[in-house]
Amino acid sequence: MNWKTLARAAALLAGLAAFGAQAVPSLGDKLPRVAKGTADHGKFKELQRVFKSGPDVTKACLACHTDAAQQVQHTRHWTWEVVDPKTGQMLGKKNLINNFCTTTVSNEKDCMACHAGYGWQDKSFDFSREDNVDCLICHDSTGTYRKLPGDAGHPVYVRKEFPAGSGKFVEAVDLATVAQKVAMPSRANCGSCHFFGAGGDGTKHGDLDSSLKKPGKHLDVHMDAAGLNFSCVACHKTVDHQVPGSRYEFAASRSGPPTPRGKYDAEPAACQACHGDKPHHENPLLMDRLNVHTDKLACQTCHVPQFARNAIGTEKSWDWSTATKMGPEGKPIVVKDSAGRRAFDSKKGNFAWDSFLIPEYRWFNGKVAFKTLGEKIDPAGVVEINRPEGKPGDPGARIWPFKVHRGKQAYDPELKNLLVVHTAGEDHTALWHNFDWPKAIGTGMQTAGLPWSGKYDFVATEMSWPITHMVAPKGDAVTCAQCHTGEGRLAGVGGVWLPGQHRNAIIDTMGWAVVGLALLGTLIHGGIRVCVLCRRKKGTNPQ
Amino acid sequence: MSTNRIFLYKRYERFWHWSQAALVIFMLITGFEIHGAYENFGFRRAADLHTYAAWTLLVLWAFTIFWQFTTGEWRQYIPTLKKVDAMIRYYILGIFKDAPNPFQKTSVKKHNPLQRLAYLALLAFVSPIIWGSGIFYLGYAYWPDWGVDAWLSLEAVALTHTIGAFMMLTFFFVHVYLTTTGHTPFAHIKTMITGWEEEEHH
Repeated sequence: MNWKTLARAAALLAGLAAFGAQAVPSLGDKLPRVAKGTADHGKFKELQRVFKSGPDVTKACLACHTDAAQQVQHTRHWTWEVVDPKTGQMLGKKNLINNFCTTTVSNEKDCMACHAGYGWQDKSFDFSREDNVDCLICHDSTGTYRKLPGDAGHPVYVRKEFPAGSGKFVEAVDLATVAQKVAMPSRANCGSCHFFGAGGDGTKHGDLDSSLKKPGKHLDVHMDAAGLNFSCVACHKTVDHQVPGSRYEFAASRSGPPTPRGKYDAEPAACQACHGDKPHHENPLLMDRLNVHTDKLACQTCHVPQFARNAIGTEKSWDWSTATKMGPEGKPIVVKDSAGRRAFDSKKGNFAWDSFLIPEYRWFNGKVAFKTLGEKIDPAGVVEINRPEGKPGDPGARIWPFKVHRGKQAYDPELKNLLVVHTAGEDHTALWHNFDWPKAIGTGMQTAGLPWSGKYDFVATEMSWPITHMVAPKGDAVTCAQCHTGEGRLAGVGGVWLPGQHRNAIIDTMGWAVVGLALLGTLIHGGIRVCVLCRRKKGTNPQ
Repeated sequence: MSTNRIFLYKRYERFWHWSQAALVIFMLITGFEIHGAYENFGFRRAADLHTYAAWTLLVLWAFTIFWQFTTGEWRQYIPTLKKVDAMIRYYILGIFKDAPNPFQKTSVKKHNPLQRLAYLALLAFVSPIIWGSGIFYLGYAYWPDWGVDAWLSLEAVALTHTIGAFMMLTFFFVHVYLTTTGHTPFAHIKTMITGWEEEEHH
């Protein structure tokens, strides 16, 4: 290409650009860009001041949003308490034991880093005070508002090294800026707690971790940052701060057609709320072959083929029985696995992590039986801290995918119940401070107001987490043959007849026997004919 | 030795026989894969193909039933016990001694008495088992609409279908073997292709 051609090309481009510039602008183009939302909180005088604390900000919020705190106070995000309507049991994080850090009781200062409030450090917390509600943890759009363990739910007011001794620092939050830039909750807001359940990225759920802040389509078709880019509240459609779609009110077996968004729906987070219970469009000759699966399977069973589909992974087990074991020099140690995830910590015991996990499948009707504090256990077997209920084939249940987290934790071998352990804190009985089980259990049980025989041992435990996020593109869904085969994914689940997996041994044996005998019969009959024919030919062939 | 040619199988009849044969063989292949007996197409493709073949066979049958009744050929399947004992004796003994077949085919009576009984059994016993269970299997999604979901189980339907499949497989092997019992091993097959039967007179 010579310089003349280049010049011509340049002239052509310039001409095109000029033509483009001359295009008549529409009225909208002359105006500033469309604002996000109708109120720019940066312009509110009430927020243009110095805020000393979280509650300080909340008071300013409530000056306009008069009923917001009261609405939040009705949610689990605030109470950490759920009453089981069937049994009357008091559930929720405030009352339950889990398979990770075990209980919040006596450990509030750490745990309440994820409470949507300020100052819950012991039983004396005032649940009625409106300025204790934390607006910013859900509405911060700057990503600078962080709450750390040890501060009972307050954000970082003074620059702080975290984790202690790590050399990494968390900057003090500029509350005024955060307040002026509030927004509707994004995935990062919900994720600031829900991605980090049990104290680390991806630890608890396996289908929720920080990779969902900006996921690709392969990880989640709905949250795909370059595609649909759903926020959490797109499905967990929140009205008046009441967030639907909790594990405690699980829509396990929804059926019927979809409900249009905007219309009230008690279970907006269920897949079927948008997709209906007959979402597959197939050749009509195949007679709704895929749709017929929906009365036995949860959508997630096929459409979340694996969970923790990234390098973050998730924790598979936590064995507390090795906690307090010290390193070679008698000092507490932390050991990481080859992927840099925690493998051992003198404070906490042994861990096992993995990525790209295949769920375990169980029938589930949405109800979960929990082991509550002080409840009797059978130490001879594995203690199911929570047990998804639902009988095979029950029309109100579906086969669901679960992450089953297994571990060992402290129990009372005489009174036969799990123990409350005072783990977090700076006092001399805290396990993570003084590495003394009896002292930590003593304080824990005393705080919980429960009796303890003075003895402790460790028992195998497990906890089941329904898998529902990380919905893969349809091409990555579980294939037919992954279940419809001898030892398929649903082997042993029961309640379904799976062509390709199930068969009747008697019918098969007899069937093949009859076929075999028929073949044998024809072979013998044919053989005799051939022999007779040969002999006759020989006999008639002397010339 | 002279030969006498008679026209036995009309063009539609031959088309029906061979397309049905191909479909049945194909459905046995795909069906036993769905059953889990072996792997070839993969479960999903096997199930798809099995289903499409089933629809094709249903259409073929619709035409064939029409044909049978409009041509009166259905009478070929009326069972008779006459000469059945002679036929049995022929297959057990006569055939080895090169004895003449006691049944002489004509265009009005194409099937020997044993054949008639066998085809009737296929039509009245094996087919209902396969098609009855097969249609319920195929329409599993519509059981609530059909009002059968309360008392019918997929297991029962699947097992019935499997039993039918074993019967069909058995029929297939015996049927194919018996085609070799003409005056030459391929005579019957040739007739089924051309429509013309060459009778051999000793």
